[in-house]
Amino acid sequence: MHIHKPATLHLENGDEFRGFSFGYDQSVDGEVVFSTAMVGYPESLTDPSYSGQILCVTYPLVGNYGVPEDIYKNNLSQCFESEKIHVRGLVISDYSFRYSHWNAVKSLDQWLKEHKVPGIFGIDTRELTKILREKGSMLGKITLDGDDLKSIYDPNLENQVALVSCKEIIRYGSGKKKIVLVDCGVKHNIIRCLVKRGVEVIRVPWNYDFTKLEYDGLFISNGPGNPDFCTETVDYIKVALQQERAIFGICMGNQLLSMAGGAKTFKLKYGHRSHNQPVRMVNSDRCFITSQNHGYAVDNSTLGKDWEPLFINMNDGTNEGIRHKSKPFFSCQFHPEASSGPTDTEFLFDDFIKLL
Amino acid sequence: MMDKNIKKILLLGSGALKIGEAGEFDYSGSQALKAMKEEGIETVLINPNIATVQTSEGVADKIYFLPVTPYFVEQVIKKEKPQGILLAFGGQTALNCGVELYKNGIFEKYNLKVLGTPVQAIMDTEDRELFVKKLDQIDVKTIKSHAVENIEDAIKAADSLGYPVIIRAAYALGGLGSGFCDNRQELISLSEKAFSYSTQVLVEKSLKGWKEIEYEVVRDRFDNCITVCNMENFDPLGIHTGESIVVAPSQTLTNSEYHLLRELAIKIVRHIGIIGECNVQYAFDPYSEDYRVIEVNARLSRSSALASKATGYPLAFVAAKLGLGYALYDLKNSVTKTTPAFFEPALDYIVCKIPRWDLSKFQGVSREIGSSMKSVGEVMAIGRSFEEAIQKGLRMIGQGAHGFVANREIVVEDIDKSLREPTDNRIFVISKAFQKGYTVDQIHKLTKIDKWFLDKLQNIVLTSKEIEKIESKESLEDNLLKRAKREGFSDFQIARLIYKDKIDPDLTTAMIRTHRKERGIVPVVKQIDTLAAEYPAQTNYLYLTYNGTHNDVNYLGDHKSIIVLGSGAYRIGSSVEFDWCSVNALQTIRECGWRGVMINYNPETVSTDYDMCDRLYFDELTFERVMDIHELENPHGMVVSVGGQIPNNLALKLDKSGVNILGTTAESIDKAEDRHKFSSMLDRLKIDQPRWRELTTLKDVFSFVDIVGFPVLVRPSYVLSGAAMNVCSNNSELEQFLNLAANVSKKHPVVVSEFIQNAKEIEIDAVAKDGEIVAYAISEHIEFAGVHSGDATIQFPPQKLYVETTRRIKKIARKIAEELNISGPFNIQFLAKENDIKVIECNLRASRSFPFVSKVLKINFIELAAKVMIGEPFIVPGKSAFDLDYVGIKASQFSFSRLQKADPVLGVDMASTGEVGCIGDDTNEAILKAMLSVGYRIPKKNILISSGSSKQKADLLVASKLLSQKGYNLFATGGSHKYLIENNIPATLVHWPSDPDNQPQALQMIQQKKIDLVINIPKNLTQVELENGYKIRRASVDFNIPLITNARLASAFIISFCSMGIEDIQIKSWDEYISY
Repeated sequence: MHIHKPATLHLENGDEFRGFSFGYDQSVDGEVVFSTAMVGYPESLTDPSYSGQILCVTYPLVGNYGVPEDIYKNNLSQCFESEKIHVRGLVISDYSFRYSHWNAVKSLDQWLKEHKVPGIFGIDTRELTKILREKGSMLGKITLDGDDLKSIYDPNLENQVALVSCKEIIRYGSGKKKIVLVDCGVKHNIIRCLVKRGVEVIRVPWNYDFTKLEYDGLFISNGPGNPDFCTETVDYIKVALQQERAIFGICMGNQLLSMAGGAKTFKLKYGHRSHNQPVRMVNSDRCFITSQNHGYAVDNSTLGKDWEPLFINMNDGTNEGIRHKSKPFFSCQFHPEASSGPTDTEFLFDDFIKLL
Repeated sequence: MMDKNIKKILLLGSGALKIGEAGEFDYSGSQALKAMKEEGIETVLINPNIATVQTSEGVADKIYFLPVTPYFVEQVIKKEKPQGILLAFGGQTALNCGVELYKNGIFEKYNLKVLGTPVQAIMDTEDRELFVKKLDQIDVKTIKSHAVENIEDAIKAADSLGYPVIIRAAYALGGLGSGFCDNRQELISLSEKAFSYSTQVLVEKSLKGWKEIEYEVVRDRFDNCITVCNMENFDPLGIHTGESIVVAPSQTLTNSEYHLLRELAIKIVRHIGIIGECNVQYAFDPYSEDYRVIEVNARLSRSSALASKATGYPLAFVAAKLGLGYALYDLKNSVTKTTPAFFEPALDYIVCKIPRWDLSKFQGVSREIGSSMKSVGEVMAIGRSFEEAIQKGLRMIGQGAHGFVANREIVVEDIDKSLREPTDNRIFVISKAFQKGYTVDQIHKLTKIDKWFLDKLQNIVLTSKEIEKIESKESLEDNLLKRAKREGFSDFQIARLIYKDKIDPDLTTAMIRTHRKERGIVPVVKQIDTLAAEYPAQTNYLYLTYNGTHNDVNYLGDHKSIIVLGSGAYRIGSSVEFDWCSVNALQTIRECGWRGVMINYNPETVSTDYDMCDRLYFDELTFERVMDIHELENPHGMVVSVGGQIPNNLALKLDKSGVNILGTTAESIDKAEDRHKFSSMLDRLKIDQPRWRELTTLKDVFSFVDIVGFPVLVRPSYVLSGAAMNVCSNNSELEQFLNLAANVSKKHPVVVSEFIQNAKEIEIDAVAKDGEIVAYAISEHIEFAGVHSGDATIQFPPQKLYVETTRRIKKIARKIAEELNISGPFNIQFLAKENDIKVIECNLRASRSFPFVSKVLKINFIELAAKVMIGEPFIVPGKSAFDLDYVGIKASQFSFSRLQKADPVLGVDMASTGEVGCIGDDTNEAILKAMLSVGYRIPKKNILISSGSSKQKADLLVASKLLSQKGYNLFATGGSHKYLIENNIPATLVHWPSDPDNQPQALQMIQQKKIDLVINIPKNLTQVELENGYKIRRASVDFNIPLITNARLASAFIISFCSMGIEDIQIKSWDEYISY
């Protein structure tokens, strides 16, 4: 049988969960968050928005279909959402030691080892989730027996966007129209969704002055952590708001666009991380199931006078998107590019392209 | 948002339980009725299934126990004048009926609005050709099938597709008349059958080995769509989803696959225009992302009931509301009560559905499982690992398994073949193969089951091997014990693996339990909350798992709860009637101010609806698990007498472990259950019983038979193959049965009882308090004794009993009730010949006929019994059964058409899968309603009679005369023909299959559908008789011609349809019969 070292998950509030180590055998720390998605661990683990976080997956059976080969086409990963695993640690209940899938080339365990990311299994992930739900997301660490960590890293004190954003301009695709994509930690599927609609994508670092570039539309990507670190980006967006060219933002992009329009954000108690978040388009009968991964939200009451909410979360009423009352600017808090998650709202990319 | 013009609706039920259409529709119908009630809409229900919860007082406003057929539905529409009709909640029966009514313009004629999915959309999904066209429009791939209307075209189609092909009859229940054909010969024989069900037959390319995946989709009239749940079949395509082990959510799909199919499902549902709920089934290539849509069910289905229970999302309830015009965002998530119904449940557990077959009840039936459904019930197990869920599930199906391992050794002649050609035993053959050293790859090659499932099963085997090496509990390490429990091992399995049955397993199991608890290894209780703990939920829907460290529930320990044990999987002999009993017991308990706690694991039931109780444990009814729950709950007591035999069997053990069994004591239950104790009690009370002995040698058997004479009823305690019980009429039969079918020895004694012929069978259902009867109902079987009471046609109140007989029966019942100090429900079965009464059986629990007599009398026996058991005051019903000026008939539903090769004959073992109960002004009307409700038709012209022994021929004489007078053409085989002619009844001679040279041939006439009704009474058990009769009976079933095999029932049916026509049947609702 498999020999696995005993390990412990410690939470900031003193709660402890005993389990076994898998993946990379090493202690690790970060902000502990949970996701209720039932599929899509290769996509989630490589989502840059998880930078700095230890992810608890509430679905108990993980690793079933292994991990596919990472194939690159035109600078884009075909199976993953970025170049590497971004979560700092993975917490699950029941690990499938053997996987079964035609496109898998390695196990989750092996993949985590390659990326030096520790995991822990045998955890009562439901109880852990209830604690995070009641007390809010908190810091924590996974430690191997005899290998404790002195202090705990708090990702919210650091600019995570700067850590995950590209360092120089990268171009993708071709087409008559050009889109500047501000990379705050962009998921590759966003780029795939744009490129397949026949546009050229110019991916620029989060703090790059894109206002000097020639483009038809501006896209502001998703990204990890606290949006307040991105003042530079917000300043550039403010410039773009003076103009008429279309703007579309996703997740962090929604927050930064709102901030540029004068709104404020706040940290949610435990965030939205799942594939089943219901949103309703304001003043319509249209509802969508969305994929989400964010810890901060836009405060609807602080939206500037030129702005209005575009989508509302049907569970807790928080903001899920905004639009400008007269100009072609809009954004959403959820992930229309899905990957992982439901694809109901991919039409927003079409809407954006139409505005160019 | 709601349509305000709808004040009254009509809901069509699904009728009697049958294979392919079972309790799930009681659940969905009940939910829909509840949804209507909540809106203040008056509800009218047509459903002849009297044992259901939906036909109970207070669920629907008006209930018609009438056949769900276009004629009767139109009559009810005419009378009740509803504004809306719901077609999606009564299975295929209701849907087919609705489509026919629509085609006949009935809805238009009565200005009736179909709520929910429009009929055109239903037809688009039901007619394969329309369906394929419809999906072609949106570039969705379907299994291209060739619709053909004759056998020649079927052959042509198959040749062009290439074998193997699958054929199906259009518009048929759950795959009726469908199957795989590997060659032309198989195609011809199967399509012949399929054409007898439908004028259209479909030939398709077989995709055997592909994954089978389902999505449950909900859509509102504003085009908002969600998929509530997806499911993956453990058995790949080729095995009907009703025959397959199913898990939810899917386990082997990646994100891109999951969402590819989800997106397609939504696209399809939007394009078809479903409003409400619907199910999309896919075949999915295991080696790419290629798929085919198998079918779309535009109605609530077995899968949707499973999905509701698997997720906590009440699909039927929501679908009903959407039918009224609500939007999904108008409705609330009924678990969290704060978030909207527009969401997709996130699970944090896995559920595993396992079918329950009862094939051993049928003679000659094929054990292979395939594209047509044979299972009679199912269980759902919940766990936080696949190993845990499937081991729980295998115990739940209640066929003696203790899980995946540590079972009684099974004999498999050819493992490779059994893996390749699956039978109802498949999962245990896999276990056997692992024991024999087969690898996952080998098993995968033979079964095509995804390796992920097989790997998990192998984990269980590997753990069992580790435990096997241990000699005693002292050397069992905590880590291994914990792992075993996390993989779903029961204490019994662990005990057996360690002690290998060298010591009494009850004892070693108890040792393991004590040891385990000392080591602090106990299960935790988790909630099913639809959102994987993301939001706080006040949910009472619970299960137990070892894959966790914390309970979700805080226990009060106030002893104010009462646990009711449910009935487990539906099977032959125990189905929806015990669900009705459980639900009514819970209701009474709650009305009396106690918290009602349910334990049950059958996803088809209403009792496992979390609205029905204060706490629902969707978990095992094993001693181990019931005690786990008991220790957590600390209840006031437990009710074991409303869930049929499973709880009844636990009574003694629970009592010994300190559980407060409410009502009749466990000791008394044991006295009635134990043959020896019960028999000596009857002797002591001077109550007569058929003579019987428990014997251990053949010699003793024969000398006992010398005393009592033939025929005798023989019940071996160990059965090698075939039926567990048999009636033997002579020495050679007896010898043959005991030598071939059973094994008589000291270890395996056989019970031989005298079998009394031509005796009436009478039952009493009653409730007693402290040994005194407070309510009773005596009913009478139409058939003579020898037909199992579950198959018999029952008449209540009795119409042909001597006053003296009933007096004696009451007297005996009183004596027994007093002697056993009964407090609660009970049932006694009697034989009566003249006024000579013998007791054959006594059960100190609710019986199958409790809902029937309760509803005919309109006195709720379970409510009374529950009040007795919890010590609440109650009013003793004053009115006597004999005052009724109407008659109730309970008739049985058989599912032989689904059980290929089974001999459709009735005997001492039960074979029916369901029942109906109808009320009429007299016996004839009630019989006619009931027989039409279980699928009989009034014959048009030609009737085939082969009437068995001379006694049975005589029994049929009056009826035959009547038929002749009514202008029916009688066709009869040899002896019956002679008898009819001798009695001046004109008849045409037809020949047996054993006499193939003479014309006309009986078999041919059936195959050519020239016969409208077949009456075939088996005469004796000689080989030639058996074969002849079998061929006739089987052909009748295969060619869908009504068949009756009992002379007394045949007479009753004939007399009823000769005395009145269908138009003479009164359209009266339940409450019109019963007015005080």
